[in-house]
Amino acid sequence: MNPIDIAIQYWPRLLDGTLMTIKLTFLGALIAALFSPGLALIRANATPVAQAPLRLYISFMRGTPILGQLFLIYYGSGQFRPFLQDWGLWGFFRDPFNCALLAFALNSTAYQTEILRGGILGVARGEVEAAKAIGMTRLQILRRVIFPHAYRIAWPALGNEIILLMKASALASVVTVFDIMGRTRQIFSRSFDFSIYLWAALIYLCITAIFVLLWRQGEARLSRHIGPRSEGRSILSPPEGPQP
Amino acid sequence: MFELLSYGDAGWGDEILAGLAITMQLAVVTLPMGLLIGFVAAFASMSRHAGLRAVGYGYTTIMRGLPEILTLFVVYNGVGLLLNKLAAWWNPGGTNIEFSPFAAGVTALAMVFGAFAGEVLRGAFQSLDEGQMEAGRAIGMSPRKIFFRIRLPQVWRFALPGLGNLWINMLKDTALVSIIALDDLMRMTKVAVGVTKQPFTFYLLACLIYWALCLLSEVVLAYMERRANRGIRRV
Repeated sequence: MNPIDIAIQYWPRLLDGTLMTIKLTFLGALIAALFSPGLALIRANATPVAQAPLRLYISFMRGTPILGQLFLIYYGSGQFRPFLQDWGLWGFFRDPFNCALLAFALNSTAYQTEILRGGILGVARGEVEAAKAIGMTRLQILRRVIFPHAYRIAWPALGNEIILLMKASALASVVTVFDIMGRTRQIFSRSFDFSIYLWAALIYLCITAIFVLLWRQGEARLSRHIGPRSEGRSILSPPEGPQP
Repeated sequence: MFELLSYGDAGWGDEILAGLAITMQLAVVTLPMGLLIGFVAAFASMSRHAGLRAVGYGYTTIMRGLPEILTLFVVYNGVGLLLNKLAAWWNPGGTNIEFSPFAAGVTALAMVFGAFAGEVLRGAFQSLDEGQMEAGRAIGMSPRKIFFRIRLPQVWRFALPGLGNLWINMLKDTALVSIIALDDLMRMTKVAVGVTKQPFTFYLLACLIYWALCLLSEVVLAYMERRANRGIRRV
């Protein structure tokens, strides 16, 4: 069959898989985004001893294959089945989608925390001092000064991380989640038509391309008070001309 | 528990070490191939010819946007089909050619590594100081000599941190080959889990081994970076 026929015959499944990939990626990134600001603050401010457990967690998540993390959660939970059943959690761990989501969220939390920590450390001291000087509380400083700026600094790296997460979500197919990759392998095992892989590749590239465009819109919105780059200076730089 | 991990018939220590050996072979064979693809991609995307540039940029952009596991399946299934078609055309009625999982794993990992390395190397070449090349020309060095004496040693210095990250990513990505039935660390772990029914213990062990490899790599890379930068004044 030619590639077009394959696409016509199987598009409902590919669409289904695409929605699953988007769902996994979006939820995984969202859960990680809920936890990473707090953890990033700990990484940026806590004493080395206090943040040792967090550093261990981040190092583990970054130093092991996501596939291993996924297997550890999905298959590994079986070893604790009696406990999990007692706690009423077995139903959660039996579902491959939940396990994949948990693995991706845990993994992405580690990466997002490190990225956001870099953003927080990149906020100029003077901004925080100025906020203190005009009498902002700690919470106000975090909400109005540190985090808006930290996110603006971290934004491109966060976008990269979400793309990496989207790519990693294809691993969920290994534990029988029917995302794009899962559907593709299913269709290939029936039709033995190679072109289905090329359609899958095209879908992944389209998702990435659309995401990059959306993310740039977000970046422009976060930086809208700075003005166009061509002016060559931010509102924070000192006025030109001779100083009084 | 330690009996399970011991060496010999009773334990799984030897099987897992054999898997680790395959994982290391895979990574060590992939590295030079990936670097080669990376250099080719970098030169293509810096070429004077628009066509070559498009090929270089197209390759790195597409490869970096695809999930590694998809690339692996495309290579494993696709190249196998292609080889068989070629074989059938060359020698109709001949035997099927098997594209080994090891070859497929190395090819796919090297293609991914090469795409990312291409970007790292391009960035490194472009951050070289143009004046040094002019100086080289001024004292009459040939382009070849300029490349090997001035550009390459410094590209190494600029590219090392990026390439180090790629090495660690590739080391972790080798776990994917367990899906196409290559007996690497991850797959031997799976076999052990199937027999012992202790999935958490064994997958944790596998993760700890990968972790140790990554931490060891980081130490070695930090040493290499210090060495590469030994002649540079710290600003």
